Amino acid sequence: MKITIASGKGGTGKTTLSTNLTSYLSSLGEKVVLADLDVEEPNSALFFKATLTEEQVSNKMIPKWEKADCTYCGECADVCNFNAIVALSDEILVYPELCHSCYACSELCPTNSLPMTAERIGEIKAFTCDSFDLVEGRLDLGQEMAVPLIAQTINYVDENFEKHLKILDAPPGTSCPVIEASRGSDYVILVTESTPFGLNDLKLAVETMKVLKQNFGVIINRYGIGDSGVESYCQQEGIDIITKVQNDKEVAKLYSKGELIYPKIEHFKNSLDDIIAFTKGLK
Amino acid sequence: MREVVVISGKGGTGKTSLSASFAYLEGANALVSDCDVDAANMHLLLDANFKEQSDFFSGEIAVIDEDTCTNCGDCFSACKFDAITPTDEFHVVDPISCEGCWYCFRVCDHDSITMQTQKAGDLFISDIKNGSKMVHAKLGFAAENSGKLVAKVKQEAKMLALKEDKGFVITDGSPGIGCPVISSLSGANLVVLVTEATISGLHDLKRVQNLVKTFNYEAVCIINKYDLNEEMTEEIESFLEEENIKLIAKLPYDETFTKALAKAQPIVEYSKDAELSTLVKESWESIKSIIKENDK
Repeated sequence: MKITIASGKGGTGKTTLSTNLTSYLSSLGEKVVLADLDVEEPNSALFFKATLTEEQVSNKMIPKWEKADCTYCGECADVCNFNAIVALSDEILVYPELCHSCYACSELCPTNSLPMTAERIGEIKAFTCDSFDLVEGRLDLGQEMAVPLIAQTINYVDENFEKHLKILDAPPGTSCPVIEASRGSDYVILVTESTPFGLNDLKLAVETMKVLKQNFGVIINRYGIGDSGVESYCQQEGIDIITKVQNDKEVAKLYSKGELIYPKIEHFKNSLDDIIAFTKGLK
Repeated sequence: MREVVVISGKGGTGKTSLSASFAYLEGANALVSDCDVDAANMHLLLDANFKEQSDFFSGEIAVIDEDTCTNCGDCFSACKFDAITPTDEFHVVDPISCEGCWYCFRVCDHDSITMQTQKAGDLFISDIKNGSKMVHAKLGFAAENSGKLVAKVKQEAKMLALKEDKGFVITDGSPGIGCPVISSLSGANLVVLVTEATISGLHDLKRVQNLVKTFNYEAVCIINKYDLNEEMTEEIESFLEEENIKLIAKLPYDETFTKALAKAQPIVEYSKDAELSTLVKESWESIKSIIKENDK
């Protein structure tokens, strides 16, 4: 079973919930792996005594110009729809950050002068933490495209933890990175907060899930602070509210120190129980 | 015209609440651009009226004609994005996976593939309650190219600000360090980094500051919720010192932030005389005086 924890708005508590849920599940004897797919800002590992077990460079494939047989016909630049290649009269320039790795230039080159080669975009790190595993993707600074690294991180988890329950901590937003983190999952949990911002971004995330034909439900975090907009929206739309996590400054304090919440705060643990009971019912 | 870009690395640090407050304080002299196009919500705080709408087109997707497709499989072999699937009679394209690279189109010998331009989102210019205007956008559901849409929002905002002779463009950036953030930053006269006194706030601040440094922008910092964890605040302060970034404000953990949100108002409007509002006002004054100093 694979569950993605996502949200439209950032800072709603995705990482707090996914780290605590993973740790709590493993304390109950479940074999579980947490994948941190917020590759631009991965920070799940900060919450655990994590021992690094494997580190793997993540690459994307880009064309590399080989001068020898090149006839400077310009076909490569013509077929590139991303402006990643400029053909001059005596040189072919490749702009790796614009390349989408479609291989068209490389495979359509009549003289095979643009073989695809690997270029580093980030890394995938696997850790063991007490009784569960953690895998994170970490994008290198200056790299623009998160999606290939997210896909590779999910692949790594699928290959190495086939039988585990998989919790995927998605990046914020509603566009391509979130789609990549959600599309292969059995269920998506959208974490929101009961404010107009939370509601606005939840609606966007819900529309994205509908386009993906993805099963999903909602967790309302910091419940009791803003207004009732999110709750009425979910009721109107017939969206499951999995649990409501009470607003509590103590939770924020523990989080600020990088500590787990559920061992110290009962109402938070009860909310995790709600999530576990709900997901068990999905099978 | 000077451009202030507010970013945070981590989401939920108060970036939008602060940007909206700065805009509210500066009134008609500040044009606002919301570059968090993935989850735009600054319009809620500034009462945007969505006055002018235009479509934003970006990228294409392949469409295969069922009647002329011979099921030869050339497109399937060419596609590196698993976007093409064979069926018994013809091949089909999954529009969500298609990157719009045109490779399948180029290898199809039967002219069965057309590339269709995609509407990636909506661009809006609105009147807002501080007597000014804002440029904002809504990315299409499950659409790509948010970096390009960000660039478009910025470009429109800049043009409008020049035309209307505004003193400032205030940009609410997107979270993270990838393509949309890099687009948000372009042309910034000053970057305001908003962080919070949490372990992940510091972690994400470091990464985003490295990005800002790479592109040689000048940055200042605001620490939100500083009293949540004073040790962490000290750690953040020493990082800022090492990086030579001026700390312009430390804001306390204050539920006024959320209460103002629930009323859809910037903090400085919701609670004019609160300590928090005074600190936010002072922050905006510091930002302006730093820009003024740099202009000399």
